[in-house]
Amino acid sequence: MTANAPTAAGPSRRSFLKTTAGAAAGLVIGVHLPRTGRAAGVAPGGAAPDATAANAFVRVAPDDTVTVLVKHSEFGQGPYTGLTTLVAEEMDASWDQMRATAAPADVELYKNLAMGVQGTGGSTAMANSYTQMRKAGATARAMLVAAAAEAWGVPAAEITVREGRIRHDASGREAGFGAFAERAAQQTPPEEPRLKDPADFRLIGTDVPRVDSRIKSTGEAQFTLDRQPDGTVVAVVAHPPRFGGKLAGFDAGEARKVNGVLAIKAVPQGVAVYARNTWAAMKARDKLAIQWDDSGAETRSSEEIIADHRQRAKQRGKPAADRGDVDAALEGGDRIFEAEYVFPYLAHAPMEPLDAVVERRDGGAEVWMGSQLQTVDHKVIAQTLGLSQDKVTLNTLMAGGSFGRRAQANGEFAGEAAAVAKAYGERGTPVKLVWTRADDITGGRYRPIYVHRLKGALDAEGNISGWDQTICGQSIMAGTAFSGMISDGIDPTSVEGAHNLPYRIPNFHVSLHSPDVGVPPLWWRSVGHTHTAYACETFLDELLHAAGRDQVEGRLALLGDDPRRAGVLKAVADMADWGKAPPEGRARGVALQKSFDSYVAEIAEVSVGDDGMPRVHKVWCAVDCGRAVNPDIVRAQMEGGIGYGLGAVLFDEITLDKGRVVQENFDTYRSLRIDEMPEVAVRIVDSDAEPTGVGEPGVPPVMPATAIAYHRLTGTRVRRLPFARAIRG
Amino acid sequence: MAYTLTVNGQERQVSVDSDTPLLWVLRDELGLTGTKYGCGIAQCGACTVHMNGRPTKSCSIPISAADGADVTTIEGLDGAEARAVQDAWVAIDVPQCGYCQSGQVMRAVSLLQQTPAPSDPDIDAAMGENICRCATYVRIRQAIHDAAGKLEG
Repeated sequence: MTANAPTAAGPSRRSFLKTTAGAAAGLVIGVHLPRTGRAAGVAPGGAAPDATAANAFVRVAPDDTVTVLVKHSEFGQGPYTGLTTLVAEEMDASWDQMRATAAPADVELYKNLAMGVQGTGGSTAMANSYTQMRKAGATARAMLVAAAAEAWGVPAAEITVREGRIRHDASGREAGFGAFAERAAQQTPPEEPRLKDPADFRLIGTDVPRVDSRIKSTGEAQFTLDRQPDGTVVAVVAHPPRFGGKLAGFDAGEARKVNGVLAIKAVPQGVAVYARNTWAAMKARDKLAIQWDDSGAETRSSEEIIADHRQRAKQRGKPAADRGDVDAALEGGDRIFEAEYVFPYLAHAPMEPLDAVVERRDGGAEVWMGSQLQTVDHKVIAQTLGLSQDKVTLNTLMAGGSFGRRAQANGEFAGEAAAVAKAYGERGTPVKLVWTRADDITGGRYRPIYVHRLKGALDAEGNISGWDQTICGQSIMAGTAFSGMISDGIDPTSVEGAHNLPYRIPNFHVSLHSPDVGVPPLWWRSVGHTHTAYACETFLDELLHAAGRDQVEGRLALLGDDPRRAGVLKAVADMADWGKAPPEGRARGVALQKSFDSYVAEIAEVSVGDDGMPRVHKVWCAVDCGRAVNPDIVRAQMEGGIGYGLGAVLFDEITLDKGRVVQENFDTYRSLRIDEMPEVAVRIVDSDAEPTGVGEPGVPPVMPATAIAYHRLTGTRVRRLPFARAIRG
Repeated sequence: MAYTLTVNGQERQVSVDSDTPLLWVLRDELGLTGTKYGCGIAQCGACTVHMNGRPTKSCSIPISAADGADVTTIEGLDGAEARAVQDAWVAIDVPQCGYCQSGQVMRAVSLLQQTPAPSDPDIDAAMGENICRCATYVRIRQAIHDAAGKLEG
């Protein structure tokens, strides 16, 4: 652990940052924010320097503050608050004394139990931490109680803890946690700490305020871009304009003339420009004259890739699901339906573009970034710098959004940051690699293009007798550290939500083509469900609608004994007063999708705008995510997920023109804006099941729900996304 | 070139190229990193500051156009509207990732300074300048109404 230096020189507001040098085993050292009143908060550099380790996750300081080392990256979805709540609950701490900070990169201590590596994704933060963090809190509590019992010479069983105060009623003794922090660390941890009966929860299940709201409303929150200690060199990289392109040569003569430019170097990823400030680096990059070698590049246009996928999808691919006799059902069906869906490339476009600070030192290096796969990034950085991993300290900072962008399965961005710092040569200089928005939007790692072909059959009674779905699209996992999850040629992220369609259809077949494409793919918030929910739920609607079935009743009838899916569907119908007709000029669409073990049903109420585009006025959302640790964060994730999904389905596509990305910024890659955001009502279905994720599951249903409502208004089935292309051309 | 401007009530001199955007002067020269970079082309509003009392996207103002200007950043934000907005933001946990929120807060404070009791269309018109990729819009709207109510009460 190394001390963080305070971020450069804000004259007024950084004076409170305290630098602490030195390190000690088991202690987390660093900068910490003062209390903003008596409120829970974020300790960006770690726990207070005098804090004692109760265990890998909990630090108790003499001033009674408890800092939780959060193993999951905070990019808005709330793990700093959620995981801290779990610890506070079992410690019987007061919320005001709690602080959250990022855990260091250490796969043994801080791995995601659902992944086996340290990382955040698949909406697993709460699910895999729920018991682990409660145990960490319960262990810390037991050790504090044992320490108090020892100090006071009383039986531990007579000691109570409430709101962060340790008491022995008989003797009238009372103390805070800080008084026993050191002595507690000497106690033997209980082998199996006793966890609370959920009936006794005081914090879990309540709207505990977020630890990071204040610093995120005052500009104090520190993101990677804000890290610029004195002497920081800013770097930008000119990347090949086509994926797979290579540097052939460059002339930096004009670029070198820009004031503040320090160096210009070839790096494996392109040409790096180093400057004293960000503007100089960006300006100089524009003046580079670069020759690229496109001999190994993807030079197709996106339309050609789509045409290729459409062609492939005409034949079945590798089977991902098969039951009954789908051919017979289609042949013998009373009415047959066919549809083809085309889904575009999608960029994540988190508000903070990718960035990292790398400081090489003698025999080691320290890195600061919004890492989302610490184990991968750490390894790639160390390899690139030619260091063993234990010589590289990776600090995870809060990130300005991700939506999957930062979870790079092969650590490509981390590798670029390390290569850029290495090429600079000078040790002891922090090198901050900044991607501009154009770098982000044109930089690949997209939700791949997918084509779905669906055939469905209704029998004479209007029951769905057959369903045949062929999906074609690039595998996200192939060639990555996650490729082991591909089984029998099926990348689960390509078919999730389709191969396990919950509706009881007797003859059912889903198959997959996974062609190689030279455009790097990546998971995009809710991954496969971004396209399977749309294709499956809108096609299901075509069949139900043709059979004269109601959107809610029709689905319920097909679900059979599936209480959690039926539960959210009934709940959302109740919220929206489904039996009642919508106001004049509006229609409603229903969609249901289980993703990442959470069940979400949404109803969108839509009208048609003057421009012909759907205008979504209101979305009702029912979610069953097991026990809701923080209901308000669940609501916030549903609200945000709905806005994120709606923006994409209405407006967004990345297109390639002969291999070059056409869109570069928010002017051509549109984001939903406040006047386009529907009103959102969320109901969390009561559950005492183990918690499941909420970061992603709010996203998928709004897309088909909007499309179904739009069909009722216009008679048009939009099968090529986004809507803006389908409607405006 | 040397330029003089007033930032958060203090006169500051900077020596930078004339085309340097105010955003990068604030961040890189003056260390005021609360103002964020999001797009560089005045689309997202993450860089919003108050310049001569008006909400301004600092990424698209060259320093030559800000010479002599009076600039307030999130670090220097003060006054009844600012407190009401920031308290409302915290009270209902508006931020998710938080990266755009400096700009959102700056824009909302300007709105309330000019329109003490904004309607929803007023909010759309003003806040439509700012993007939040986390789509915290439902809460931004609510927090502005809450802040307006508090200022009125």
